[in-house]
Amino acid sequence: MTAYIVRRCLYAVLILIGVNLITFWLFFKVNTPDDMARMQLGNKRVAAEAINRWKADRGYDKPLFYNAGAQGAAALTDTLYVGKSLEMFRFEFGAADDGRDIAHEITTRMWPSLALALPVFILGLAVYIAFALLMAFFRATYIDFWGVVLCVAMMSISGLFYIIGGQYLVAKIWALVPISGYAPGFDSARFLMLPVLVGLVGGLGSSARWYRTIFLEEVSRDYVRTARAKGLAETTVFFRHVLKNAMIPILTGVVVSIPLLFMGSLITESFFGIPGLGSYTIEAIQAQDFGVVRAMVFIGSVLYIAGLLLTDISYTLVDPRVRFE
Amino acid sequence: MLVQLLLQLSVRPDYSLRGALRSRQPPPWCNFRYTPVMEFRLPKAQNPVGPCWALAAVLLAFLGGCGRAWNDPYPVGERGANILYSAFSDRPKHLDPAQSYAEDENQFIAQVYEPPLQYHYLKRPFTLIPGAATELPRPRYFDAGNRPLPPTVDGERVAYSVYEIHILPGIRYAPHPAFAVDAAGKPLYLSLDAAGLRGKYRLLDFPATGSRELTADDYVYEIKRLAHPRVNSPILGLMGDYILGLKDYAARLAAEDSRLQAGRSRGDSPAFLDLTQYDFEGAKVVDRHTYQIRVKGKYPQFAYWLAMPFFAPVPPEADRFYSQPGMAERNITLEWYPVGTGPYMLTENDPNSRMVLQRNPLFRGEAYPAEGEPGDRESGMLADAGKMAPFIDRIVFSREKESIPRWNKFRQGYYDSSGISSDNFDSAVQVGSSGEAALSPEMERRGIRLETSVATSSYYLAFNWLDAVVGGSSGDAVQRERAKKLRQAISIAVDFDEYISIFANGRGIPGQGPIPPGIFGFRDGPEGINPLVYERDGGNNAVKRRSIDVAKRLLAEAGYSGGRDVRTGQPLVLYLDTTIRGPEDKSRLDWYRRQFEGIGVQLDIRTSDWNRFQEKVRKGNTQMFFLGWNADYPDPENFLFLLYGPNSGAKNGGENKANYQNAEFDRLFERMKNMDNGPERQAVIDRMVAMLRDDAPWVWGFHPRDYGLYHAWLSNVKPNQMARNSLKFYRLDTDLREQKRAEWNHPVLWPIPLFMLLLALSALPAWRNWRAREERTAQSARELGGAA
Repeated sequence: MTAYIVRRCLYAVLILIGVNLITFWLFFKVNTPDDMARMQLGNKRVAAEAINRWKADRGYDKPLFYNAGAQGAAALTDTLYVGKSLEMFRFEFGAADDGRDIAHEITTRMWPSLALALPVFILGLAVYIAFALLMAFFRATYIDFWGVVLCVAMMSISGLFYIIGGQYLVAKIWALVPISGYAPGFDSARFLMLPVLVGLVGGLGSSARWYRTIFLEEVSRDYVRTARAKGLAETTVFFRHVLKNAMIPILTGVVVSIPLLFMGSLITESFFGIPGLGSYTIEAIQAQDFGVVRAMVFIGSVLYIAGLLLTDISYTLVDPRVRFE
Repeated sequence: MLVQLLLQLSVRPDYSLRGALRSRQPPPWCNFRYTPVMEFRLPKAQNPVGPCWALAAVLLAFLGGCGRAWNDPYPVGERGANILYSAFSDRPKHLDPAQSYAEDENQFIAQVYEPPLQYHYLKRPFTLIPGAATELPRPRYFDAGNRPLPPTVDGERVAYSVYEIHILPGIRYAPHPAFAVDAAGKPLYLSLDAAGLRGKYRLLDFPATGSRELTADDYVYEIKRLAHPRVNSPILGLMGDYILGLKDYAARLAAEDSRLQAGRSRGDSPAFLDLTQYDFEGAKVVDRHTYQIRVKGKYPQFAYWLAMPFFAPVPPEADRFYSQPGMAERNITLEWYPVGTGPYMLTENDPNSRMVLQRNPLFRGEAYPAEGEPGDRESGMLADAGKMAPFIDRIVFSREKESIPRWNKFRQGYYDSSGISSDNFDSAVQVGSSGEAALSPEMERRGIRLETSVATSSYYLAFNWLDAVVGGSSGDAVQRERAKKLRQAISIAVDFDEYISIFANGRGIPGQGPIPPGIFGFRDGPEGINPLVYERDGGNNAVKRRSIDVAKRLLAEAGYSGGRDVRTGQPLVLYLDTTIRGPEDKSRLDWYRRQFEGIGVQLDIRTSDWNRFQEKVRKGNTQMFFLGWNADYPDPENFLFLLYGPNSGAKNGGENKANYQNAEFDRLFERMKNMDNGPERQAVIDRMVAMLRDDAPWVWGFHPRDYGLYHAWLSNVKPNQMARNSLKFYRLDTDLREQKRAEWNHPVLWPIPLFMLLLALSALPAWRNWRAREERTAQSARELGGAA
């Protein structure tokens, strides 16, 4: 397993270099350093000298990939890409264009994101699996039929509707929880109840239906028929055999998303005023803040790769037939 | 969990799932392990509904535990406190007074910093009054031989002006660690090393604070900071043209800074450039409370700049404090922790969540104005005349990115004031048949007040003067005349009255020229109308837009009869550059097209992102485009300079984005800008505006009207487009606020038991189904047994 993990980590470095390269190319295809300077300095009365100074201060006065003015290897190394990438691979994210330290911002903002994402993730997994099991258990009955109808209806509705509807009903009409806002510590529960509920309801349709499909596929397997043939109760068949074997495909989708829980949710955080990481990247793109964009893309890639690796490892835990090769 | 609940309801008392699982051993031929991945533990005879109710009870106790409205987003400790609650949507980029130029940043720093001058809160037109200064400075004029000139001298004779500013003695800075000293008077935090910075990540982590008196040096220091090579002040270019020696000073500082930073790698903290060691002729300290600024020529608008944060004082100690190695890495910078002498100090800066201003305990106090404009006394705006401000202890700005929660929280009483977005306009405001705005009955029931004011802004459709078809600088006189007629025809065809009605909920007034209401030079009523687009309607003072037929006639005179070029027979296609392109903007783009179709002209809309749009405008690669301008100060010069030839954007990088050129206009502008307000200046402005209306380099768009809603418990509020430091005059009735919040936010509890009941009821069909299945299986078994 160790050799496998080391090999995957080496692949990850190559992937990260590629992701970094694409991020650079895409960002500077849309924005020039001059645009970035104008965005930061404001659109009124900006002098060319101020723009040049801003670029020089932040190293954006260098060529992107190739420095024709430099000699030898410096033509490639004395560039914006290499300079910024080396810092990145040392996990030194530097400062955002507004002067704030990016690492500090990320570590501050990831906790509110996690406070929202973790309950939604854990409770969601329990509720969705339970609901899917219920439908599969009562398959081919009206309970299953109406359960699927409910799922299809729920997944057909925009997530924004649940947010606005939840805020309208629970926070505005019933006045049970604050509409938006956040407080650190234990008091955060008051603010998180509604977004967690909305997150659970919003994801119920698609997730439960997906898990139901997995369960039904398992139910039709030979070993299930065998289990029934030897007289096991239906509940035993489901909870002891079907559930366990259905966990493999479920894990595929679930474990990979665990590291990304830190990254937050853009719309939910935005509507509920949760100061998480969800909007950090989008705001940075709007503000043309390359420092933040590349840091967040890099971290997102690292976490995604970590998620995939965790998924592979978790396969061996739930299915010993799977071996690393 | 739902399955768990349903199954538990169905199991017999002597039977548990765990027991059932245990009773079965895996068959030896099975090739998978039987270790349960997810084990369902259901204790015998447990009532599952019980925990649900218990959970609900805990939830209810938690939500209402403190005896307050359950949806109150603020901490219990703030209940009844003298705190103003407001919201902001975009995080401020700069809080350094030398850099900040945006309105949303000014709402914070204008409460913290005290420039020498400020605007009178109540008087209109906008009037400058002393801020930290003892009086308004009277500029003294000198010729090239340093000989004094009379105050009424013509601007052309003036070589330089001297503004001598006396500041009030005894003003003290808000407590700040930069001023902290030990028993021997030695600064505590101005020479920190790595050990000294350990554990310090916020300003609050520095236990000791201090203060000192505001001196003239601090004002001069800030003027020097405008030239600092690493501050990047946006007004350095402009002020470099006016303040004597500032440009050279900036070059000198840049050279000195390069020398200081030589040899340092990019990761190192930059060496501190001590501006106290470098003086220049443009800003000098006269004595402890007096300083002088020398300005090239005569520049009457300079006084307005003295009311902006760019000229607020910055203590050198603070700059030194923030420049220490390691501070920037901890986000402890002047950008994020302003230090001033104003009524408030920024104690919490989390632009992603909230910003908190706390009353400055050392603020000298400022008397509420004793006079205003007519009607202010009757409306109660002078009730606090002479009382010492600020009246509010704390101001909490919460970040609300979305308008829906922001609006709902205002309605619940958790924000004390609110703007009105288009989505909420109809529920808040009713527009009468004659166009007057009134509150909706619901808003009136809640005692909410509506305040409106026309913004000192202009939003316009510009023609690029360099363009061959619509511009005025290319071709012969005949061609230029054709282009002018074309611009005039479009000016009539594009109906901004309709635009305001459709897209701005009527919140705006159509522009008659570049100068908005409230600025000297603007003419109200029929005499101020643009005769090219409007005409008098009968004998009264009413005006109406000219018929579209007039536009068609002008178009024909331009050589585009029916929208076709009479010389080539080709249809006339014009190009509009814009940044709007989303699905929600389709109606607006269609409207633009329809306006041009009205006179038979095809409009090709070219959309691009903001960067490319700006680049096109900057390089003059456009034909028509929309832009807006928000006043820096209430002087016509600040709008007419947008059409001053030497300010051409394409040629000189200036703010004349339309690249309009008119030698006569430029001559009048140069004369007008140095004149004092009065009939003579008005006459010159009238001539300039008439010239512009005839040349039509812009379609004069509209001036937006700002609508603000205020709860009954918030008083002393009068919108002021120029003064951003008005929060010190606001007053709160916190008892009324508490009473209304409680009244408007009764928690509705019946949905909770109803939800529990529905949950329990929804289990019944499953239970019945399961029982039926179980029984059917048993019956079948019996039948099979009997057959055997």
